[in-house]
Amino acid sequence: MSQPQPRPTRDGFGEELVELGYEDEKIIVFSADLEDSTRAEYFKFKFPNRFYNVGIAEQNMVGIAAGLAKEGFTTFVTSFAVFLTNRAYDFIRISVCYSNLNVKLCASHAGVTVGEDGATAQSLEDVAIMSVLPNMRVLCPVDYFEARRITRFVANEYGPFYVRLSRAPYPIITSESDRFEFGKASVLEEGEDLTIISYGITVSESLKAAEELRKEGISTRVVNMSTIKPFDEKIVLRSAEETGAILVVEEHEITNGLGSMIARFLATKRPTPMEFIAVNDEFGVSGKPYELLEYFGLDWKNIVQVSKKLLKRKKI
Amino acid sequence: MVGQKVDISVLKDMAREFREKILLMTYYAGSGHPGGSMSLVEIMLSLYFYKLRYDPRNPLWEDRDRVVISKGHATPVVYLTLAKAGFFSEDDLMKGFRRFGSVFQGHVYTGVSGIEFNTGSLGQGLSAGIGMALAARYKKKDFDVYVILGDGEVQEGSVWEAAMFASHHKIDNLCAIIDYNKVQENGFVNEILSIEPLKDRWESFGWNYIEIDGHKFEQVFDALDAFTSSKGGGRPTVIVANTIKGKGVSFMEFKHTYHGRAPTKEELEKALAEIKGGNTV
Repeated sequence: MSQPQPRPTRDGFGEELVELGYEDEKIIVFSADLEDSTRAEYFKFKFPNRFYNVGIAEQNMVGIAAGLAKEGFTTFVTSFAVFLTNRAYDFIRISVCYSNLNVKLCASHAGVTVGEDGATAQSLEDVAIMSVLPNMRVLCPVDYFEARRITRFVANEYGPFYVRLSRAPYPIITSESDRFEFGKASVLEEGEDLTIISYGITVSESLKAAEELRKEGISTRVVNMSTIKPFDEKIVLRSAEETGAILVVEEHEITNGLGSMIARFLATKRPTPMEFIAVNDEFGVSGKPYELLEYFGLDWKNIVQVSKKLLKRKKI
Repeated sequence: MVGQKVDISVLKDMAREFREKILLMTYYAGSGHPGGSMSLVEIMLSLYFYKLRYDPRNPLWEDRDRVVISKGHATPVVYLTLAKAGFFSEDDLMKGFRRFGSVFQGHVYTGVSGIEFNTGSLGQGLSAGIGMALAARYKKKDFDVYVILGDGEVQEGSVWEAAMFASHHKIDNLCAIIDYNKVQENGFVNEILSIEPLKDRWESFGWNYIEIDGHKFEQVFDALDAFTSSKGGGRPTVIVANTIKGKGVSFMEFKHTYHGRAPTKEELEKALAEIKGGNTV
């Protein structure tokens, strides 16, 4: 069987949104002039009467979507992660989350793998600032197929969601027939010596690292935490017990990302040696996606190095 | 159902009573926003006792007109109006306003019957109102959406994002009402950041523009009627209501210090005496 071609998760989002559009007339989609990039235009082409390009006005976009949601509609709000979450933050906080309205924020171009556009286009804070909001739930699909499942899930589940999508193609890890369970992480590789927890593109880097470590006799568990808030506490606790060491890898700022959330949880439940691979309190730079993964240490080679460092701490 | 219609002479008595109660509510709560509530009294009364279609026994009636209070701090006058319209007991309001365990939060809150949208961070209500107005189209209903904006609030950029969208999409079941009381938290609006020329600005954004004295019921009624008769013309309407912050109490009028603070006991007594005397109302 040939390996499926990598695809951006935004493609899965856009394609599933069209399917949903046929099924549910109450879905209305918004874009702030980036629907070509976010793939929301797939919906626009099929359902122009239920689509708005609001112009370059993210705050108003979120507010209108909230007003429609108050009236019983399911609204999808799309933009680049960096603009949607930062520019419209106060609207997301008050008009969407405080009111607990049925608004789905689906943002593409998250993380450093946006690439050449550089720092201003690279969202490295979105997981932190969306996770801090009450009523908001945060998801990041690991590949094209999971993006389709997650898009369908958030359309059918009431309330605010933030879905983090990519511009860069992600390797295909799951299959079309897999199921998505909200709040439940999946163990992609079993292992006993340490656990790597990740989401998005760094999951495939973690899988490569695990393969490399295995060659050296180190047995590594790899967990895809596609539901970031609320994350799967059971799997974290079980992994802490069974492997005794946890490495969190994320294409995000180190402060208040998934690593911080897991560390806070384990600190009270079961203190465990941990390491974190993430962007360390700095802005992005221009480059090709894989150059940037390497530059920020998010690539499999660095994951191997940090895993070994973590194992030494475990032995003490 | 159509909201109860009340004669202007009765409304004038209600306005006086509201001003007393705004002062009492904020005094007993020890905090709140009396100034920008007193400026909005005639507008709120006109909406609920002259214009709006609603049913307090069925607050989510699909055909009701929607009101979004974008200047979310105006809770004293907004809650008083809803109580008077029959959405809940005024007694519960007077006891609960701004108190722990009560739904009557300091800024408008949808836990209170009749409140359509949560606000309290300025510049968000007009966008939400647009969403509701669009919902009327999808639902094939003919309800109207009114959004109450503060004058200082018009300084928020998102208001103009929304203004552009509303005219571009010909949302003519939308009426923005600006409570132009000339004063914001730290001073006069047009000294801090002028919002003028309002007429040119709103008209250039494609809106019907109506300017009135927001304390004269007849003028408020006429403006509201002009809005509904403009429907079908493809333009949203803005009513700029010239009002007086702290209206009704000489030492509170046009004073920014009463934007966000309750009267002291001494101030309260003096103010109540003035309102009873009816000097400035």
